[in-house]
Amino acid sequence: MIRLFWRDITLSFRSGGGFGLGLAFFLILVTLIPFGVGPESELLQVIAPGILWIGALLACLLSLDRIFALDFEDGSLDLLATAPIPLEGVVAVKALAHWITTGLPLVIAAPALGFLLHLDSAAYRWLIITLLVGTPALSFIGAFGAALTVGLKRGGLLMSLLILPLYIPTLIFGAEVVRRGAGGFLVGTPLAMQAGITMGAVALLPFAAAAAIRVALR
Amino acid sequence: MAINWNALWEWANPRKFMSWTDRALPVFAVLAALMFVAGLVWGFFFTPDDYRQGATVKIFYLHVPSAMMAINIWAMMLVTSLIWIVRRHHVSVLAAKSAAGIGATMTLIALITGAIWGKPMWGTYWEWDPRLTSFLILLLFYIGYMALWEAIDNPDTAADLTSVLCLVGSVFAILSRYAVLFWNQGLHQGASLSMDAEENVADVYWYPALVAIAGFVLLFITLVLLRTRTEIRARRLHALEMRERVAEQ
Repeated sequence: MIRLFWRDITLSFRSGGGFGLGLAFFLILVTLIPFGVGPESELLQVIAPGILWIGALLACLLSLDRIFALDFEDGSLDLLATAPIPLEGVVAVKALAHWITTGLPLVIAAPALGFLLHLDSAAYRWLIITLLVGTPALSFIGAFGAALTVGLKRGGLLMSLLILPLYIPTLIFGAEVVRRGAGGFLVGTPLAMQAGITMGAVALLPFAAAAAIRVALR
Repeated sequence: MAINWNALWEWANPRKFMSWTDRALPVFAVLAALMFVAGLVWGFFFTPDDYRQGATVKIFYLHVPSAMMAINIWAMMLVTSLIWIVRRHHVSVLAAKSAAGIGATMTLIALITGAIWGKPMWGTYWEWDPRLTSFLILLLFYIGYMALWEAIDNPDTAADLTSVLCLVGSVFAILSRYAVLFWNQGLHQGASLSMDAEENVADVYWYPALVAIAGFVLLFITLVLLRTRTEIRARRLHALEMRERVAEQ
């Protein structure tokens, strides 16, 4: 399992692996926002928490089809399914690798982009913390969606349609934490709720995803 | 009284299902039409106008039952999906598939009638109120579920994957409901028909509403049986075509 983890990480760093694409997408999205809504810093400051969270969410979505699709096409997913490790473990490891290569860079880049959007200085701390807590949920929910659509020819758009509604609770609590942090309010409740969602997703969704993959491989 | 639970499953045998629904369907259809007409006519023409809301209150007879159905149909899909996963009854999962379209329509009816009522009453068609938002999210779940059915060719694969989606979706739908409550306080009034509330809607409105709700339930039963029969026939037709193609070779 550890080897599988390193394999996924190495693959994503090599050419064509898509590492950095999510980050670049995040940057472009944040750049586009002022063109859409105007450059007034007050307005940007108000919408910054939401924009940063939605940007992270979409950047995460962009690379999800890589979790299983490539392995499904070249047959390594079949090998992994018959390997002497549980498929649930495979899913969890792959989701974790996805988080390390996509979610973690987003967490690190978000403050810089928050700077572009005039994010309130009190909110930076909470932005980092909430992204750190919330992005694993994005990867694990995403892995479930990717597993559902793995056998489909053009599953990408369908996958977005299936996953984005599932992201709603994470988004609500995440953006709420940053907004409250910016306003200097207590952030305990939404942060705890978000941590709950993440832990629930990490604990349970690998089982659902593995079930979906077994169906797709049948 | 001892109930023979195994006999219950026989009703879901496709052949037996076709034969009993063939007889039961007209009964449900006629009852649904009667209740529907009775509830709506009673509600629209024979109840007084509300002293504050005027005649707009009458959209309640469409809005409340469709909203109730929108939620309950998802619950029914959850149950039938579970039955498919556990017992692999084809009729069960086809019923879930048939119900999804009806559920999405009910959600849409609830949203649209709500918007029509909201304009004169709240001064806006749409507000990001928790209840309204939850229904919009529910509609997205229905759309995703139906899209997944459409996308997969193999019917058994589609049944398995949509059932898993339905289970996970149910958890997230409930989660979204409470997350949305947390996110924004709303305009929508509280439940007006709950059993335990102190103050409910007045009896004059309550009885026709009850009839309209019964009409919606019967309409749903009629439609879901009809659509499930269609699905079973489509499945049989497909099997016949395959057999013919094999015979030609």
